[in-house]
Amino acid sequence: MAVVELKQLHRRFGEVVALAGIDLDIGTGEFVSLLGPSGCGKTTALRLVAGFDRPTSGRVVIDGQDVTDVPPNRRDIGMVFQAYSLFPNMTAVRNVEFGLRVRKQRGADRNRRALELLDLVGLAQAANRYPHQLSGGMQQRVALARALAIEPRLLLLDEPLSALDAKVRVQLREEIRRIQLELGITTIYVTHDQEEALSISDRVAVMSGGQIEQIGPPAEMYGSPATPFVAEFIGTMNRLLATVGDDGSIDYAGLRLRVDAARGLPRGERVLCLVRPETVEVVRANGLVAEGAMAGEVLSNTFLGSTSRLRVASESGERSITADISTAQGVDLVVGTKVVASFPPDSPRLLSLADEPMFPVPDPDSR
Amino acid sequence: MSLAWLGVVPFLAYATAFLLLPAANVLIGAFQSNEGGYTLDNVRTLFDEPYRTAFKNSIEVSLVTALLGGIIGLLMAYSAIREGTPRWIRGGLTTFSGVAANFAGIPLAFAFIATFGILGVGTQAMTAVGFNPYDHGFSLFTKTGIEIVYLYFQIPLMILVIAPAIDGLRREWREAASSLGASSWQFWRHIGVPILLPSLLSAMVLLFGNAFAAYATAYGLTSGGVGLVPIQIGFFLSGDVFDNPHLGQALAFGMFVVLGLMMLAYIPLQRISSRWMK
Repeated sequence: MAVVELKQLHRRFGEVVALAGIDLDIGTGEFVSLLGPSGCGKTTALRLVAGFDRPTSGRVVIDGQDVTDVPPNRRDIGMVFQAYSLFPNMTAVRNVEFGLRVRKQRGADRNRRALELLDLVGLAQAANRYPHQLSGGMQQRVALARALAIEPRLLLLDEPLSALDAKVRVQLREEIRRIQLELGITTIYVTHDQEEALSISDRVAVMSGGQIEQIGPPAEMYGSPATPFVAEFIGTMNRLLATVGDDGSIDYAGLRLRVDAARGLPRGERVLCLVRPETVEVVRANGLVAEGAMAGEVLSNTFLGSTSRLRVASESGERSITADISTAQGVDLVVGTKVVASFPPDSPRLLSLADEPMFPVPDPDSR
Repeated sequence: MSLAWLGVVPFLAYATAFLLLPAANVLIGAFQSNEGGYTLDNVRTLFDEPYRTAFKNSIEVSLVTALLGGIIGLLMAYSAIREGTPRWIRGGLTTFSGVAANFAGIPLAFAFIATFGILGVGTQAMTAVGFNPYDHGFSLFTKTGIEIVYLYFQIPLMILVIAPAIDGLRREWREAASSLGASSWQFWRHIGVPILLPSLLSAMVLLFGNAFAAYATAYGLTSGGVGLVPIQIGFFLSGDVFDNPHLGQALAFGMFVVLGLMMLAYIPLQRISSRWMK
């Protein structure tokens, strides 16, 4: 399986910069997701790897071979598209056979291989059906089998689940990961769905504005976002605009909060305090508000199954925070309930905003 | 009960008055004699000269212009629509095709005579550079000339008819085939052409019928010098030849039969080529 290196990949479309210098190394058998919003450059990057587009500058290297100028049909790369990529004039088995057919493999051999792969994706019984006779999920399984049939050195998946309904999406993504691990194939997966990326990848690269903002294992991306954008994009995050106070504290809209990460930071420095909702505790108010806790009332209570998401805001509305609590606890905290919200001092992460003028934070000394 | 079906009544009345009744009249008249009795003589006469040659010429002109017009129109439409071609080229070609596909009859014949007739501007220009096509066996006033002139409206018609089908060829199919190792030729052989085939066949049948029924262009060009079935029917309509309107109806009946046979050949081909659509 392949080792992939993207070296300073740039792609411009007229005045629009789609990729502004991507550097990425992918190891053998690794599953890397490119994650980001529409227009961040993730699909452009994938198309450059596939060979469907040429970079304005930069190189694509696979297994030590520079393939930047190699046409896609000579790259030995399997690709699964968003949807509707099966050849409509061929049955499922003929679709899977196609790559072997153009490689002049014997009819019996390629048929056996195609049936094996259809079996691998759980569709042996649908071998003779045409694409329009298959559901969206089945079509994508066939597309996966077709891409794998040529035993590619690299597998590319371009939002392959985006056109499917939620249940099928979860089922199929687990299947993709199972097959990828089983075959040990190096894989690049493009998605805008952070849950999808975090659940199946060895590493996730979050992209924005044609660049990779951060790359790392899912747990690291979730727990230690390196930039405000990553913090915003991965998972739900409370973003409290604050300034560093004294002795391991921050000032959040006039409220002093204990945050271990603030120790050692210069007083008055503007920071973004990132707090995961699941670390926030919410209790019914009993008249006492401990230091570092925020008094307020429940603005909304959204049922999410085993958990409920609460939005708590101070009376003035200046401060607000989102908390994920167990549904059993959330039942009592209906909208309008007076509550106190807090989080352990060691849970938040602080990002300096010293170089981020777009985050105006009130000066604590001016209050 | 819904009264929505009333909306199609005007169409049905129109089709009955101007298609079904005349067709029935032609069908019955083709088997009638001037005396009023029923006879097969008119139909039998279609196998005699000059009618046999007229059918042969009409079928040949229609087949040649349907095939050439179909292939050239397909290639032109594909070139204009494919990725990377500036949008204005497609817009310009479509607009031109809309006009050219309807530019037929005497004006078209005149345009070609003025350009490529013996004293036409184009012929004179070619003569000036030392090549007079008429000295090399070419004549606009022959069957080949008719075919060239017919292509003027057949190609644009093909472009208009096939463009939506080409639009339907998804980029993902080409890219998927490419990533699986297929060359451009292999893509067209295994995927592109088979997918377009039902539309191609339909379009070519349309082109065949279009050429088969064309009258004024050929007549304006050759004044009836090249025998085509519609021109022969025209002779009967204007009373130029023997006073036997039933022979004219038999010629029209013969046209129905040829077009019917075309359809009969087309239906199974279309069924085979589009079995994946069912």
